[in-house]
Amino acid sequence: MNLFTPLSWNDTGFILTGILNTVYISVVAIVIGSLLGLLVGFLRAESNKTVNVILGTFLDVLRSVPLIIQLILFSTFIGVMGFPLPPFFAGAIVLSLYTMAFMSEVFRSGFNSVPVSMIKAARSLGMNYLQTVRYIRIPIGMRSVFPSWLGVAQSVIKDSALVSVIGYMELLRTAEQLISRTQQPLMILLGVGLFYFMISYPLSRYGKYVERKMEI
Amino acid sequence: MDNYEFHWNVVFDAFPQLLTGAYTTVHVSVLSMLIGIVIAVLLALGKMSKTKAFYHISNVWIEIARNTPALFLIYMAYFGLGAYGIHLSPYFSVLSALIFINSGYLAETFRGGFQSIPQTQYSAAKSLGMNNLKVYRYIILPQMFRRIYHPMTNQFVWSILMSSLGILVGMEELSGETQRLQSTSFRTLEFFIVAAAMYFVITKLVLFASSLIAKKVFKGELS
Repeated sequence: MNLFTPLSWNDTGFILTGILNTVYISVVAIVIGSLLGLLVGFLRAESNKTVNVILGTFLDVLRSVPLIIQLILFSTFIGVMGFPLPPFFAGAIVLSLYTMAFMSEVFRSGFNSVPVSMIKAARSLGMNYLQTVRYIRIPIGMRSVFPSWLGVAQSVIKDSALVSVIGYMELLRTAEQLISRTQQPLMILLGVGLFYFMISYPLSRYGKYVERKMEI
Repeated sequence: MDNYEFHWNVVFDAFPQLLTGAYTTVHVSVLSMLIGIVIAVLLALGKMSKTKAFYHISNVWIEIARNTPALFLIYMAYFGLGAYGIHLSPYFSVLSALIFINSGYLAETFRGGFQSIPQTQYSAAKSLGMNNLKVYRYIILPQMFRRIYHPMTNQFVWSILMSSLGILVGMEELSGETQRLQSTSFRTLEFFIVAAAMYFVITKLVLFASSLIAKKVFKGELS
């Protein structure tokens, strides 16, 4: 009897689920991570030294501990606490916080790139503090960091592959399971790589294009 | 949390093994950087070369390294190459994947650093009577090195963090060693907390050393 069955058309649905799950968790992490990052970046650009040191240390830990360790730690921790979460939620929480750590730095430099004179000009036109944030600092600051934002988003899509360690069925994990059944690692892996490349490459080209346009 | 008791003794007893793992982590990252830099120089030259074949090979290498997940490349080295009869050990599959990625990223850094120096400086140095070697030695390379220093440090830190993926192919670096130790003692939380702390300390030490070197070498004139 043959234990291993070759790849068949029936596997398409399985692979498709993996692809969708990868896209899903990446989008969730990028959206939540960006929103939190915007908030934290703003806080860091605005607040005094003490708050900055505390926030900075927390973000530093998120950036200096490997994502895979964070994922394992978090899922073990919630298990021990007695609130085991489904892999998707655990993965999305960790990946979003990880994204936030990088996004906050991007957005902070964006806020700092808006000249003080411009904010003063807005205030002298009668805008209040919140209006300067809403109409001046966010639109102008965020525009200048768009290429960096895209770069972080692109790396989040690639890092989402690591969520497989806590059991989330994203693309790489579905591939792994297919490999153990079919014993055809090369073809399946190449397909997976091609998929990531097809998402990531256009983003990186677009980022470079925007960057070049901004320079002029 | 009420019914979980931390048992740190097991972790402290196993600390020497964790340190050995940490040594392997640093070791593999340093090697991947050193070899990566050499290849990156070639790739950067290729990307600026007019020879079509050289250009295309460099371009494909750089884009694959930058646009696919590290884990995918490690799996390619570990499982994928098996189809060609090449069976790499966990150590070598992680090392080769990291070299591949580092060289791709660093090549773009080097190219960017090189191209950021205006051509006029080259001409000016030439007109002062310097030969090619001197132009590079005294004008181009010192400025370029200043610009690529920080990105290179970041890439090194990235390598340290990403070598943790060795856990998935059974490599015995810090994460893999932690995984092995916790599987026999079942103190998962304690072991991974200590591993996380060790990664934090390692990256901080690297950044600290890097800023010390920068102060010594560039005397505060880092762009």
